[in-house]
Amino acid sequence: MDDLLSEFLTETAESLDVVDVELVRFESDPSNKATLNNIFRLVHTIKGTCGFIGLPRLESVAHAGETLLGKFRDGALPVTPQAVSLVLVSIDRIKLLLAHLAAEQVEPAGDDRDLIALLELAAEGGDALAPVAAPVVVVAEPVAEPQAEGEGKWDADQGRFLRPGEVSLADLEAAFMATEGPAEKPDVREAKPVLAALPDHDDEKKGSIGANTIRVNVGVLESLMTMVSELVLTRNQLMQMLRNSGDSEFKTPLQRLSGITAELQDAVMKTRMQPIGSAWKKLPRIVRDASQDLAKKIDLVMEGEGTELDRQVLELIKDPLTHMIRNSCDHGVEKPADRAAAGKPEMGTIRLRAYHQGGHIIVELGDDGAGLNTDRIRRKAVEKGVIDGVEAMAMTDAQIHRLIFAPGFSTAEKVTSISGRGVGMDVVKTNVEAIGGTIDLRSRQGAGATFIIKIPLTLAIVSALIVGVEDHRFALPQLSVLELVRTGQRCEHKIELINSSRVLRLRDRLLPLVSLAEVLNMIVDPVDQKQLSSIVVMQVGETRFGLIVDEVFDTEEIVVKPLSKRLGSMSEYSGATILGDGAVIMILDPNGISKSVANVDRSVERLLDEQAAASATHGASSAAAERTSMLLFTAGGEQPRACPLSLVTRLEELDASRFEATARGLVVQYRGRLMPLASAGGEIRRHGKQPVLVFSQGESVIGLVVDRILDIVEDVLDIQIGDESPGVLGSAVLKGVSTEIIDIGCFLTRADPRWAVATAQLETQRGRKRVLLIESHPFFRNLLGPVVTAAGYDVTIAKTPEEARARLESGGAFDVVLADADNPQAEISEGQNVIAMSSRTDTEAVPKSDRHALLEAIARAVRLGEAA
Amino acid sequence: MSTREFVTFRIGDQTFGVSVSEIHDVFRPASMTPVPLSGADIAGVLNLRGRIVTAIDARSRLGLKSSVKTKSCQRLAIGVERGGESFGLIIDEIGDVVRIDESALEQNPVNLDATWSWVSRGVCRLDDRLLVIMDIDRMLAGSGAEEAAAA
Repeated sequence: MDDLLSEFLTETAESLDVVDVELVRFESDPSNKATLNNIFRLVHTIKGTCGFIGLPRLESVAHAGETLLGKFRDGALPVTPQAVSLVLVSIDRIKLLLAHLAAEQVEPAGDDRDLIALLELAAEGGDALAPVAAPVVVVAEPVAEPQAEGEGKWDADQGRFLRPGEVSLADLEAAFMATEGPAEKPDVREAKPVLAALPDHDDEKKGSIGANTIRVNVGVLESLMTMVSELVLTRNQLMQMLRNSGDSEFKTPLQRLSGITAELQDAVMKTRMQPIGSAWKKLPRIVRDASQDLAKKIDLVMEGEGTELDRQVLELIKDPLTHMIRNSCDHGVEKPADRAAAGKPEMGTIRLRAYHQGGHIIVELGDDGAGLNTDRIRRKAVEKGVIDGVEAMAMTDAQIHRLIFAPGFSTAEKVTSISGRGVGMDVVKTNVEAIGGTIDLRSRQGAGATFIIKIPLTLAIVSALIVGVEDHRFALPQLSVLELVRTGQRCEHKIELINSSRVLRLRDRLLPLVSLAEVLNMIVDPVDQKQLSSIVVMQVGETRFGLIVDEVFDTEEIVVKPLSKRLGSMSEYSGATILGDGAVIMILDPNGISKSVANVDRSVERLLDEQAAASATHGASSAAAERTSMLLFTAGGEQPRACPLSLVTRLEELDASRFEATARGLVVQYRGRLMPLASAGGEIRRHGKQPVLVFSQGESVIGLVVDRILDIVEDVLDIQIGDESPGVLGSAVLKGVSTEIIDIGCFLTRADPRWAVATAQLETQRGRKRVLLIESHPFFRNLLGPVVTAAGYDVTIAKTPEEARARLESGGAFDVVLADADNPQAEISEGQNVIAMSSRTDTEAVPKSDRHALLEAIARAVRLGEAA
Repeated sequence: MSTREFVTFRIGDQTFGVSVSEIHDVFRPASMTPVPLSGADIAGVLNLRGRIVTAIDARSRLGLKSSVKTKSCQRLAIGVERGGESFGLIIDEIGDVVRIDESALEQNPVNLDATWSWVSRGVCRLDDRLLVIMDIDRMLAGSGAEEAAAA
């Protein structure tokens, strides 16, 4: 391509980016003369250059835009959003023409009369400010010659007559002289390319063009970086040799070489650095357009645009950021009416912030919108099979929120043009992780959500901790390493076991541990059980875990080399590197390793897997029988007690010293609320950790304190009734041990008499619906009755189909009938208000053990009934 | 009639040949780093003059008893550059360079083991032994590619 043309394209593209940002700012602050002058000057420059290198089509569009801007500047026209839209449309048109120009090196055929006509009309104060979104009409006709002159003023500089509204260069010069010129930057080293002219600098500094910058081909910088990387490696090798050989005449020169290498590395790194603001340039425009499309009021606040990071990293986070900004506009910030109703200002704010933190860049993207909808995410995740119901219960809100990063998860209930096109947060997460970064989020219902992206400054050289296990060495990126802990007999810290899962007491929390040797499937010599080992405390996202290693060597700056394709498929490694001593070692990928921890983290899941495996070996004979997942625990005595797992909302381990006594009994502060506590049999301790089963119903939460959580068992439940003691439904043999099945409802009403009342109140608003429950099995009768009652329905229980018929005939108008599909004598009549339920999971009937499914089925039937 | 030069080498009891133009160098792999969790045919990674080389254990690739346990000083590897990556194929012994007429190449015998016939381009009768001409790309690609092709 022609040098002149390519120079023009690069420069114009940069100018246009600035114009985009400035225009959006100008729209919100039309009185700012400096901004307008800057826009005007940039557009004028583009027009002038176009004329100079003979691009009539571009020139005429730029000219028409400039004319309109001129009217703004003179105060002849009020600044309206429509008018600014029109200018933005013409900027887009110019970009389109430039793209064609870059590809074909000639202007596309056709003209822009449609757009120019609108611009001119607007400039004359007409209201033809309809948005012009139509694409370029490419008509194969000769480009209209700029029509002549006549009454126009003669411009001596350009050697032709001025077009309507055009200003002569001389006039323009005068205008420039009147406004303040670019301020000189005092520090030469600070001089940055035009790109660095960022919105948050002083207005007067706008457009200051660093006279002492040059354009360098990116390829040159890349090869410089590669060479420096190799140099660093060689330096490391030499230094290693020096350390081994002791005193040597090479010592001094080598040390000097080492110092210079470090400086060179720094300097070369700096050439690759760019302010993160250059990746944010397009965002104000995106937010503006999105807020207009969605009829929302959104303000974008950007902080720390000057934060510098590697160009390569910058390129890679551009797209994820754009996607996330769109998401925040679409899902985060509410409509003005909803905001007003929630007592918030109508104008929503999206806050983008970047700052350095220990060798990394943190980018925070927050909105003050509605926050994530925990229940909807939970429901969706179960629906989409991302997690199962059991997991959903054991997960904290924060864990649930993080499910939006799971592949194939998109909660947007409707697909809009802004977001929700199937590429969701999982793609963002993958992109961020691909550059060795992490992404996490904080969300508060009603107060907004904040995404936190942590990315390394550069990709080429990372600081890594070298660890050893079984005579192998591995590199762990420092990014994820929090601290090192030494364990052993003599040490303060000891590895403890919870049901074969290793944990470490670290200050005030339990840290799940994994052994690196086991993660990597290395054969550990059992005789050589190490008494001493080190634990690398790591954090990946919100997951914090300890990695057990044999030895920790030191930290080293390593050059990351990509893995061979033959090895690339392993998620445990992110690359390889050559150490100072010449050995090749693998770089561990903290994300991959943390996946192995998930098992430790959710031992419940693993227990279930074991159960599933065990039942598979039992053969098909028992598979058809009723199987229920039961949570086994002890409370007051050694005999195990159990309750159906599906009733439990969450398993928690709470600090018993935080339990408080009130007139109504013990309570504990739980997630910003007071949670009444009940004992499931034993004494409630007032110190140490206390396992608590959390039950929730609507707004109310109750904690059932147990001594110890034992296990989760999926087994055939054969309840022997007869035990009349209160709170106990009966006993069953689970895992070969006689187990008391407790009546949860009894305990819960005991702890909080309002349990049923509170939920009933909710229901009275809609009118209490009557439910007839036909269930011959006493266990399920006792189980389902309280569950359905607690959900706010008026429940009538029938033990047999005959009894049910009698009740129906005696004038009972039931909204919903729950029929037992397990009872062969029961004839289930068809009807929209009849729900078949079964304790088996292989039928179409609603499973009795699944509380959520059952309640949902009832709610659905009620809705259908109301609609009818 | 075109003749080509082949480097011969021994893996187990079999002599193989690879076209000279495909081989980058022959080296003694020193201080190889095993890669846990990798496939059985990955012997490890090593540093060859500042480049990271992925070493493939030819014996286990061909379903023979692995040679990795033998003394490291006796090991030999053929260096191959493929797609910007460096590979080393660990062999037992390096032989002469032989000049072979293209027409002397015979098709794989039908009773050859599936893996062997996948990596073999043909067989050549030398005076005293049979020479299997190795398809080095298939040899390096790992068994995954082989199964994909078989399916």
